[in-house]
Amino acid sequence: MKNKPKLRRFLFSALAVLFWLAVWEIASLLVHLELLLPSPVRVAERLLALAGETEFWAAAGGSMLRVLCGFFLALLTGLCGAALAFRFPAVEALLRPLLSIIKAAPVASFILLALVWIASPGVPVFTSFLMVFPIVFENVLGGIRSADRNLVEMGRMFHFSPFAMFRHIYLPSAAPYLSAACTSGLGLAWKAGVAAEVLANTRLSLGGQIYASKIYLETPDLFAWTAVVIAMSVALEKLVLLLMRRLLALLHLEAAHADHSTLDKKL
Amino acid sequence: MLTIQHLTKSFDGTPVLQDFSCSFPETGIVRLVGPSGCGKTTLLRCIAGLERPDSGLVSGVPERIAYCFQEDRLLPWRTALGNLEAVLGKRARREAARWLSLVGLKEAQRKYPGELSGGMRSRVAFARALAFDAPLLLLDEPFHALDPGTRARMEQLLEHETKNRLALLVTHHTPPEGSAVIQVG
Repeated sequence: MKNKPKLRRFLFSALAVLFWLAVWEIASLLVHLELLLPSPVRVAERLLALAGETEFWAAAGGSMLRVLCGFFLALLTGLCGAALAFRFPAVEALLRPLLSIIKAAPVASFILLALVWIASPGVPVFTSFLMVFPIVFENVLGGIRSADRNLVEMGRMFHFSPFAMFRHIYLPSAAPYLSAACTSGLGLAWKAGVAAEVLANTRLSLGGQIYASKIYLETPDLFAWTAVVIAMSVALEKLVLLLMRRLLALLHLEAAHADHSTLDKKL
Repeated sequence: MLTIQHLTKSFDGTPVLQDFSCSFPETGIVRLVGPSGCGKTTLLRCIAGLERPDSGLVSGVPERIAYCFQEDRLLPWRTALGNLEAVLGKRARREAARWLSLVGLKEAQRKYPGELSGGMRSRVAFARALAFDAPLLLLDEPFHALDPGTRARMEQLLEHETKNRLALLVTHHTPPEGSAVIQVG
């Protein structure tokens, strides 16, 4: 009985996917030109064929490594930056113009600038970092600021150390915001990272493969590589959320707090 | 000795405490009574240093104060036991469990505040204040959500725990005969 809504949700999702696959198939039949729109079956065939090659796994692994490097770098600096900005408002004032520029400027501008400044393999890392940092910084800062003032007062009254204040009050308050930042940040890191790989034509990368498919007009391959990017992005998002839940459990923040049910739902 | 001299405090121009003076004994329970809005909570907050008085002097305040707020102010992400551990330190798990047993919550140690009733939560907050080894206890209506039987047991416990320390208890209930009472407002 308890699993019924879950099953229903799964069925609806599966039906939605099937519907759009059917639309794709019909559209490809109507277009009738593989160069413009290959059929889903053809893309699946190419995907299976590519998966048998060593280069496929090297490209997937390389891209994942670069995106994760940029993401975790942004996570770490974003967390530290938010903590510093909360403690010293001057830090936020100093970072604010930079954050506004990063958010407003097109990703392509940063990628092209990065190509001038740094070596090709570093460009996707730099781009992912740049796109994720503002999200982590602003979400975590918002989370820390949303900490219940009554609890902060209680902590001060009972002589909590700065570490205890962080662990017992600020971190749990920021945790839901952090998980939201991770979810949206990871998606963005993939998009920006792969875009950077395309423009930088990085060796052993998904972006590099997408670029090569476009150059040689291998549209089914282009679709297949894009499908790989999507699948890896979704898988990685689930993995990071799982890791976050484990981390929160280690800090004894599991279960009862309503905000963690958000994490449960996402998993 | 905790002494208050000519304490005045107002909020947005509305006076809450006006020229309030009194001194307290070193130990025992002193009940602060008075109508709602007469400044009992403000008085406790001024003593705790959470509010700055407009004028007047609060002296003899110890460094460690245990405050049982009007709201329970428990960490929602920690169990009842975890809430006491957060104050006592992780090594004091046994001590935390003992205090929860004393307030009749032995079976509810592993429950989160969201799983407890209002009365149970206020008892956890009361246990936390008692467990925090402080010479001064500020208790802002800690028993308002309790039934008469439980309230009587908690009062007994408080009496036992204030042989060597002072408790200022804000209450709306009729004080027992012979108890120390200070009228506020």
